[in-house]
Amino acid sequence: MDSTSFLIQCLNALQYGLLLFLVASGLTLIFGIMGVINLAHGSFYMIGAYMAYGLAPWVHTHLGGGFFSTLGVGLLLSVLLGYLLEWAFFSFLYTREHLQQVLMTYGLILVFEELRSLLVGDNVYGVPVPDWLGGAVPLSDVMVYPVYRLFVSGVCLALALGMYLVFTRTRLGMKIRAGSNNREMVQSLGVDIRLLYRLVFATGVALAALAGMVAAPISSVYPGMGQGVLIVCFVVVVIGGIGSVRGALLAALLIGVVDTFGKVLLPQAAGVLVYVLMAAILLWKPDGLFKAA
Amino acid sequence: MHGKLTAPLVLTALAFGALALLPGVGSAYAIDWVTKTMIYAVLALSLELLVGSTGLVCFGQAAFFGMGAYAAVLLSPKDGAASLVWLLPAAVASAAAYALVVGALCLRTRGAYFIMVTLAFAQMAYYLVHDTPLGGGSDGIYLTRRPKLGTLLDLEQAVQMYGLTLACLALSFGGLALLLRSRFGRALAGIRVNEQRMRATGFSTYPYKLAAFVISGALAGLAGFLFALKDGFVNPELLSWHISGAVLVMIILGGLGHLRGALLGAFVFALLQELFQSEALFGPLAKHWHLGLGLAIIFSVALLPRGLVGLPALWRGRRHG
Repeated sequence: MDSTSFLIQCLNALQYGLLLFLVASGLTLIFGIMGVINLAHGSFYMIGAYMAYGLAPWVHTHLGGGFFSTLGVGLLLSVLLGYLLEWAFFSFLYTREHLQQVLMTYGLILVFEELRSLLVGDNVYGVPVPDWLGGAVPLSDVMVYPVYRLFVSGVCLALALGMYLVFTRTRLGMKIRAGSNNREMVQSLGVDIRLLYRLVFATGVALAALAGMVAAPISSVYPGMGQGVLIVCFVVVVIGGIGSVRGALLAALLIGVVDTFGKVLLPQAAGVLVYVLMAAILLWKPDGLFKAA
Repeated sequence: MHGKLTAPLVLTALAFGALALLPGVGSAYAIDWVTKTMIYAVLALSLELLVGSTGLVCFGQAAFFGMGAYAAVLLSPKDGAASLVWLLPAAVASAAAYALVVGALCLRTRGAYFIMVTLAFAQMAYYLVHDTPLGGGSDGIYLTRRPKLGTLLDLEQAVQMYGLTLACLALSFGGLALLLRSRFGRALAGIRVNEQRMRATGFSTYPYKLAAFVISGALAGLAGFLFALKDGFVNPELLSWHISGAVLVMIILGGLGHLRGALLGAFVFALLQELFQSEALFGPLAKHWHLGLGLAIIFSVALLPRGLVGLPALWRGRRHG
């Protein structure tokens, strides 16, 4: 492998890892703060991707504008969806056992997957890359790298930074962190914890949907796309430490590297490598790399 | 308590009696359907030992199920029928050995971690089978000849397959019932209720949990073995996480903490599946039967947290206020 293709693989690994982080961060937040295992999180990724596919023509004719308007409308819808879902299905799960949460969200996966099949069908669809992001950056005389992949990495990095700032530097972030430590205490101090939880949940849904929307032009949209992502995100969360956003970032990048280079160097074993990595880390640190405080 | 004839005991005995009589009256389709459902019931029992009795929520039971099924096919000789005498123990032992490795790793974690890690390891097994040519890859692989037990048992006949499955189900049920009454079973119940206290009273809980995990894996392997024999075909979908999820749904639907709940759950789940798949009732929606199933799961979690076994108690509670 020469240095240019090495660079390309590194950029691919970074892009995949950051995208995984975007999905996994919502998963780890919802678990860390509300204590809910959300199997349906992969479905939100899928819903995002299908929104990028389905909304684009509608947005184009009714609102004008292209890719960014679609992203905006999609984000708005996913926040709304998250808010409603929390109200309808998740708000009474907080006090239930993990087992019931697993079941409930498993039921939701089946429902989302079938609704998708009813509404859009079971075909694979491509999503076009917006024109102004369609170019490529030359890396050497013959090798180029698509601008869109760099754009995806940039969006994910900006969101990661934004999340970090909100959590550590704002009053809202402080309340959320306090709420994850002691729900009753925060409530008795006059904070509307139900609303706070609903917001966190909606944010988690929006993050996953956004990841799906920006990934759609690269991966295209297809049935079952959320489930593969969900399980890799579980691995990310387990390696990083449940509830730790910092851990999720590191673990997602690690998996991005292992998976991308695994596919190049050891194509027969690529599917398994990620899990071998997880087993090795569990042997070393059963609570993940960063245990949430 | 001991030896007392309670209503659940009588009902369970009656259910097994009815299952034993079915081949005399049932159609070929009914026999096939009940055989399949009984295999799922064995799988549900194996998970009930972990989830209901020990409190370990395993979301990767399909891996052991698939391991037993694949072992049955891969260990059978290509040019003739194997003997059940060694094939069955070999398949069960391969599932148990795999469960030993996975369990030793997974049991280092607890709670939500355990759920995710068991799921991830099951996915690992799925990709191993799916991506490597060893077991026929994503197409799966056929069992050329079903095993024999001398001249006693010819599994090419559906009724004999039914008999073998029923015997395995009854033995699993009885064996687990005895196991849970033993000192070992009491220790598992103690771990479920309060592991910290069990350790404080001097039990090293890890070996107990690992033993439960391996027994559960072995039973799931037995179910997989029967499945491979019945269908004569295995493919990677046997290891898919939808099977793990479905079995969890069965035991919760039936009611956790009762072996008969696992049996009831497996049959009710299969009936629900038939119901939502029926073209007569749902027309074109029958193709999308997961929708109804998903909604049924959501409602049962919301309204029946203790499962069907808890229904009589719920009714009694209502009537007496």
